[in-house]
Amino acid sequence: MTSLRETLRSHLALIPATATITIFMVLPILIILVYSFLAPGDYGGGKPEFSTNAYQRLLFQRDLFDQMVFDPAYLKIAFRSVWIAVVSVVGCLLLGFPVAYYIACQPEERRNIFLLLITIPFWTNLLVRTYCWILVLRDTGLVNVGLMRMGLIDEPLTLLYTEGAVALGLIYTYVPFMVLPIYASLERMDRRLIEAARDLYSNRWVALRYVVIPLAMPGIIAGAILVFIPALGAFIAPDLLGGGKNLMLGSLVQLQFSSARNWPFGSALAMVIMAMVLMCLFFYARSAKKNGGGIKH
Amino acid sequence: MTQKNDIRWLPGFNWVTLFFFLFLYLPLIILVVFSFNASRSATVWSGFSLEWYVKAFANDDIQRATKNSLIIAVFATVFATTMATMAALALSRNRAVKNKSLFGGVLILPLMVPEIVTAVATLTFFSAIGLSLGLGNIIIAHSVFCIPFAYLPIRARLDGMDESLEAAARDLYSNKWDTLRLITLPLLMPGILSGAMLAFIISLDDFIITLMVAEAGSTTLPIYIYSLVRVGITPEVNAISTVLLGVSVLIVTAAYLVEKKK
Repeated sequence: MTSLRETLRSHLALIPATATITIFMVLPILIILVYSFLAPGDYGGGKPEFSTNAYQRLLFQRDLFDQMVFDPAYLKIAFRSVWIAVVSVVGCLLLGFPVAYYIACQPEERRNIFLLLITIPFWTNLLVRTYCWILVLRDTGLVNVGLMRMGLIDEPLTLLYTEGAVALGLIYTYVPFMVLPIYASLERMDRRLIEAARDLYSNRWVALRYVVIPLAMPGIIAGAILVFIPALGAFIAPDLLGGGKNLMLGSLVQLQFSSARNWPFGSALAMVIMAMVLMCLFFYARSAKKNGGGIKH
Repeated sequence: MTQKNDIRWLPGFNWVTLFFFLFLYLPLIILVVFSFNASRSATVWSGFSLEWYVKAFANDDIQRATKNSLIIAVFATVFATTMATMAALALSRNRAVKNKSLFGGVLILPLMVPEIVTAVATLTFFSAIGLSLGLGNIIIAHSVFCIPFAYLPIRARLDGMDESLEAAARDLYSNKWDTLRLITLPLLMPGILSGAMLAFIISLDDFIITLMVAEAGSTTLPIYIYSLVRVGITPEVNAISTVLLGVSVLIVTAAYLVEKKK
């Protein structure tokens, strides 16, 4: 009995934080897992009867004769979300890798200034940052007006409300998540490894391919996951820059809980996102084990 | 700059880095510049003016939303930072605690779950238990996701601190609580402050979770800005967004300086 009491005492300081997260985050996610197996209520919420309708709706739709027919509408949205998220990851990698490498090669004081400059936008309001791109991309925005003034185009290009605009917004938002882990894995890179490669007659790019990139791999994988997860569930960028017609999973979930009032279906969609996230984390844990630890926080 | 004769030099990487920082900051600079524009345009400059700031500050809805945002952020920061400090102390200093990695994992869980999932899960939970406290609902939701942002800098500071000072105090017959009050907490203060500041701006800037959880009358600043943006671009949005941007940049820079101070 004493040992139980002592365990409780030593854990006392941990209880407020972990209990808060468990009650207000873990439990609610379990509740929407239950909700995803309920029938939709008439005015939002759910009816207390077991139903797999919400999951069937992902693939099938009831036709006029009450038959279940295959309907790829939601599958398309899921694929589009994954596709846009993948494009964002690749964009972040192409832009972020040279930046991370360049910063890692700088003297220490300068590195810290660069890192602060990268983190500042991350802490500013996501809504405001995305809104800035409307100013840049819309028909009367700076890009179109600039191009027209230069006489390169006669009519404004459709830049806003496209999938490209959504991907651009996501890259803009999440590229720091790619730069920072890659930087962390290159920060203590031993320059003698590159010297050795160069001594053995490899040129700069071969050294990059066979020395630097393998060293950066744990950072690249961590960065890819850190970009992919929030991009998949993004709401603001698809909503403001995609104009609602380029629905992604995040905006579809939000829609089910607001105007569409189909909570079980929204919950099922949220569970689909969670399943993809868990798959990513599982993949990360496995690759981190293989790489011997991966990125330390 | 890295010199061309450095063995690690790769041609073009300096230009990519320059482009990267332009890409990161130009949209923000455009927003700030045009918030001071005399005309309604956000593309053509027609002189300096504070008109939109005056209009934005005089707006009753904006005042109310700002007040809500500040109340929520202050409470969420106090709750999250207190809980995070206790947890960080237990995990870093208490050797009796088992399963440290499990507890550490739970503490950073809010960073792993996509915000939209947290948002709808919290909404469903609050409606299932019938919780309706107005701003209180939002404060609870914010406290949860602010915990990891407060916890990580505090824990990092604790792990980097020299434990021998605390050991010396204990050797000189100071009891546990005096050691905590007179040695550990003062040394930890920069970590606590920077954690609190990060929690504060994360709460101030949150949009999607607040959007789902907020009841009528609990509008916060980001939600008000969103409702304006959906209708169209107005110079008042530029002005109020610039203020929000300025507050975040100020606080995060301060947090950085506090943390760096030894």
